[in-house]
Amino acid sequence: MMSNENRMTIDGAEVTFQPGETVLEVARRQGAFVPTLCYDERLDPYGSCRLCVVEVEGRRLPASSCTLKAEPGMEIRTGSDPIRKMQSTLMEMVLSENPDDECPRCRDIGTCEVHDLAEKLEVGRERFLGATSNASKDDSNPFLLRDYDRCISCYRCVRICDEVEADHAITMTGRGWNKGIATAFDGGLMDSDCTLCGQCIYTCPTGALADKKMVGQGEIPGEVEVTRSVCPYCGTGCSINLHSRDGKMIGVTPVLDGPVNEGALCVKGQFGFDFVNSGDRLTRPLIRKNGELTPVSWDEAFDYTAQKLMSVRADHGPKAFYAIASGRAPGEGSYMLQKFTRAVMNSNQVDNCSRG
Amino acid sequence: MSNSIPEIEDAKMMLCVGTNMTECHPIIAVRVKKAVRKGAKLYVVDPRKIPLTEYADGHLPLKLGSDVALFNAMAKVIIDEGLEDKEYIKERVEGFEELKAHLQPFTLEYAEEISGVPAELIRECAIEYAKAESAGIYYTLGITEHICGVSNVQSLCNLALITGNLGKKSAGVNPLRGQNNIQGAGDCGALPNNYPGFQSVEDPACQEKFEKAWGVPMDPKKGITKIAALDHAVDGRIKAMWICGENTLVTDPDVKHTTKALESLDFLVVQDMFLTDTAKLADVVFPAAAFTEVDGFFTNSDRRVQRIRKAANPPGEAKPDWWIISQVAQRMETPVDFEYQSSEEVFDELAALSPIYAGLTYDRIEKGDLSWPVPDKDHPGTPVLHEGEFLNGKGKLQLLDYVPPSENPDEEYPFYLTTGRRLPTYHSNTMTGRSGGFRILVPNEWLEIHPADSDRLGLVDGDWARIKSRRGEVITRVAVTRTSPRGTVFMSFAFPEEVMTNFVTNPEVDPRTETPEFKVAAVSIERVEAPSGLGAEQALRADPEGPGLV
Repeated sequence: MMSNENRMTIDGAEVTFQPGETVLEVARRQGAFVPTLCYDERLDPYGSCRLCVVEVEGRRLPASSCTLKAEPGMEIRTGSDPIRKMQSTLMEMVLSENPDDECPRCRDIGTCEVHDLAEKLEVGRERFLGATSNASKDDSNPFLLRDYDRCISCYRCVRICDEVEADHAITMTGRGWNKGIATAFDGGLMDSDCTLCGQCIYTCPTGALADKKMVGQGEIPGEVEVTRSVCPYCGTGCSINLHSRDGKMIGVTPVLDGPVNEGALCVKGQFGFDFVNSGDRLTRPLIRKNGELTPVSWDEAFDYTAQKLMSVRADHGPKAFYAIASGRAPGEGSYMLQKFTRAVMNSNQVDNCSRG
Repeated sequence: MSNSIPEIEDAKMMLCVGTNMTECHPIIAVRVKKAVRKGAKLYVVDPRKIPLTEYADGHLPLKLGSDVALFNAMAKVIIDEGLEDKEYIKERVEGFEELKAHLQPFTLEYAEEISGVPAELIRECAIEYAKAESAGIYYTLGITEHICGVSNVQSLCNLALITGNLGKKSAGVNPLRGQNNIQGAGDCGALPNNYPGFQSVEDPACQEKFEKAWGVPMDPKKGITKIAALDHAVDGRIKAMWICGENTLVTDPDVKHTTKALESLDFLVVQDMFLTDTAKLADVVFPAAAFTEVDGFFTNSDRRVQRIRKAANPPGEAKPDWWIISQVAQRMETPVDFEYQSSEEVFDELAALSPIYAGLTYDRIEKGDLSWPVPDKDHPGTPVLHEGEFLNGKGKLQLLDYVPPSENPDEEYPFYLTTGRRLPTYHSNTMTGRSGGFRILVPNEWLEIHPADSDRLGLVDGDWARIKSRRGEVITRVAVTRTSPRGTVFMSFAFPEEVMTNFVTNPEVDPRTETPEFKVAAVSIERVEAPSGLGAEQALRADPEGPGLV
């Protein structure tokens, strides 16, 4: 039996917690529905959106659970009527500022947090209709769409740039209605410290930031399929989600629980995937005939290659053959090439490209 | 890497040597920056004032190739100050007294003279390294692509051994691998001296194991390295070559030599996604499927074996690499079994034959949380190597001497050229160059040169210059920057169709690994008029939404 030291009550159920955990973390682990917009588990708690409010026994006012540390004996209520009403009102105010048109993120990438949550809380933007923000930025960079009409000032983009990527390229500016996100001197991202890693896009809970490559892909028919994989660039081994539609790659998103990257990616891993769709991919085996590389069938290419290699082996011995395996292709191919060299060509004349 | 990537953020001291991490391994750099935020010390040893230096407590801008002199002097400081880990040395290290004697000439004054780094800074770095509760060394090709690459690495290992930083969490000696699966390629036995799992081809017990597994005799002699193979192609000893997914012609040093080697072959097979410059010389080209189009695995820098999965269809008739090779094998009148139904069958065979992969299956590598060795199905993986003991008994300290680079500036070639990557252009640009938008970020190659040098040569930003070495020459744009130290210029090799940097680089190799000295070449630089039809004009036409130029 655990001591009472790390016990508290959430919606009437007694639960344990680890010292240092927040009420939000404990409540969500319990399965309670606690909405958030400014929260990202990779970032320090911020407490700006106030959607995660809960009732705390003995306190007059509700508290934001993301910044409230769990304490022994606490009694928390997450879903009472007054709390839900407060959350709905907050959401209505958030929605009222933003445009009514189709959200590009919901359309092309999958739903965004703000519209997901609006649906869950069953609220719209009608109640507080008035002025809408108009802070779209024309940014000439090739990757990041910056449409601050949709910004809800959660500052997750600024915080991920600081806390996760440590690039410190963007900051909050202004107050009240004039609040915004800007680079130093408010120029374009390419003229700032931004490395275009794109991680602000995938923490943004709205369509304010989007992947220019993915926007517009909504026209390709079929559902978006998401497949977990690993980045093909340097040797860090970041986990990525491959987004495809109808068998065609349309984009990449970070895997938040990727063991190496924990949701971070760099500009190459985030945006450098469309070489696979390049029009100059090789699509057929080629054999040099009369000096020209000529498309042939697989059977012809295999037979020709096997004949040639058998005659090299017969005429010049096993050591006249050499194989170089790829440091980029999947390991199964490298295994096969060395097995081929050792078991078929009968030598150890195989290497990979690690020497240069 | 001896230690895992997530551990980095809990290191107390980080010594980053020859690694332009924020550009070449940005997500490992994220961990380093996090550690700095938690209070860790960071020292950067690099000739160039790379972005990582902005986060550092100290930057040691050593002269190219002077690593051994510098690190030997650090080891001497540690021993002279009595900061070595005496208990660890007693239990786990051999050769300490010999090392101590060997280090006598490596004074701070000597190290300062050879490396150009102020003695006081070397001393400070050594003391911070030795004092830290856990100190990690991180390096990349900046120290290995030298004629003394092995010694450079060993001089760092000496530091880790005398301070007890091997076999400990958030410490170790950690090479960051430059390509997604270069570790995996070695693990799989694509090496002239090792079967899969680093089992020696010259060990009779290993030979027997593979003879039994595959049912044919094994060659008891190790093969030659790729670098030697290119020489053997030139002199006719090698007649046929099969190159998978490597643009050898562009990425090897001394392009003229590589071209001659490949053209000398009777038969060249190239397996790739694109008709690369190397593929253009081939007799047979096999179209390979991309990583998004196959199931398989990559093994990263921290020995983490991770699944990749098919998400899209290959174009036309492109096929997985393993399948292509197995099909040729089946037509070679061999008794060896090459019939596989799936990539998983191939993986299972690899795991069955490699003790370090023995506990791995596609199911177990699902989440990527296992670093080899994983000797059995219940083993939790090995994020930290050498805990408790070293594989071969004791850690052996190496007695190393400083060897200057094979080529040094003289009257005719008065500058050092060093090469590397830039953040948005990867290697020879076959991938980033074909991805939309990257040409906007880095439109062309350029030579980075210090203002004092550019002034002397009458060069300004955006000018064109001819870079010439004993092997060849290229013409490129110039960027004046204090990132480069005086006397040392920098180029990448990402735009081979315009600027073939490896015409200039030096093919001299470390005799032990045969890794070329890409990092040091002596060159001359002179201003030239802008050639027509090259450079910025091209970049401006690049369409950010389009498939990208190559």
